[in-house]
Amino acid sequence: MIASYVFYLFEAVAAISAISLIFIRNVFYGALLLIICLLALAGIFVLAFAEFIAVTQILVYAGGILVVILFGIMLTTKISGKPLVVEHNNKFSATLTGVTFFALLIYALSKESFINTPSVASQENFNNLQLIGIGLMSDFVLPFEIAGVLLLIALVGASVVASSVKSKNT
Amino acid sequence: MFPTEHFLYLGALLFSSGLIVVIVKKNMIMVLLGIELMLNASNLNLVAFNQLHPGSVAGQMFALFVIIVAVCEAAVGLAIIIQVYRYYQTSVPDEVSELNG
Repeated sequence: MIASYVFYLFEAVAAISAISLIFIRNVFYGALLLIICLLALAGIFVLAFAEFIAVTQILVYAGGILVVILFGIMLTTKISGKPLVVEHNNKFSATLTGVTFFALLIYALSKESFINTPSVASQENFNNLQLIGIGLMSDFVLPFEIAGVLLLIALVGASVVASSVKSKNT
Repeated sequence: MFPTEHFLYLGALLFSSGLIVVIVKKNMIMVLLGIELMLNASNLNLVAFNQLHPGSVAGQMFALFVIIVAVCEAAVGLAIIIQVYRYYQTSVPDEVSELNG
């Protein structure tokens, strides 16, 4: 069963890169680790029959957010030649919060059991891409349009906030 | 089809790691990375639960809109970080303390 090996490989990669993101001190390496984690998640999405989400994940995160974050790192670093190293604070409270939250989630999940095999039909019998296309134009057309407007507003707002030109009133 | 619990365990791990990253790092960009990690953990849960309902793509739609909102949040957040860096010459969130009570 090679698919299950691939699945657990992707899960291990995502888990290890997420955990090492806690301990890494270089911001640039942190961004690269996040991208590894997101690409592994895209692989998991493919294995969970969500191909469109996986492709969107790769396009948006590896192509968009990584570039934006790297530009952010570049623009907020003093030009000194040495890499940007981050200090850690609140170590005890962060560990307490994170470990407690994780233990709570694991406890709740271990109490619950999910029906793993749908009785009527399996996910493989459906064309997910077609279903998403039809859904975006029928049932989900209002959130789709609102998401488009939100993207437009956010990108215009981001470029206005980040621009260094002062407005005439101030 | 893989067991749903394994998706959910990974989601819990990713969310907790993102939470710790948000609290522990003294750099605004690292905090942003932690928020992205938490959003992706929720995405993983949505996709995992969508598996249990064949023929329905509501969970994947939710995941898609979460990705869109994450993009907006990253763009606006980085713009604010750059503007704060220009004004205060720092990217440590604790040093921006002019509104301290």
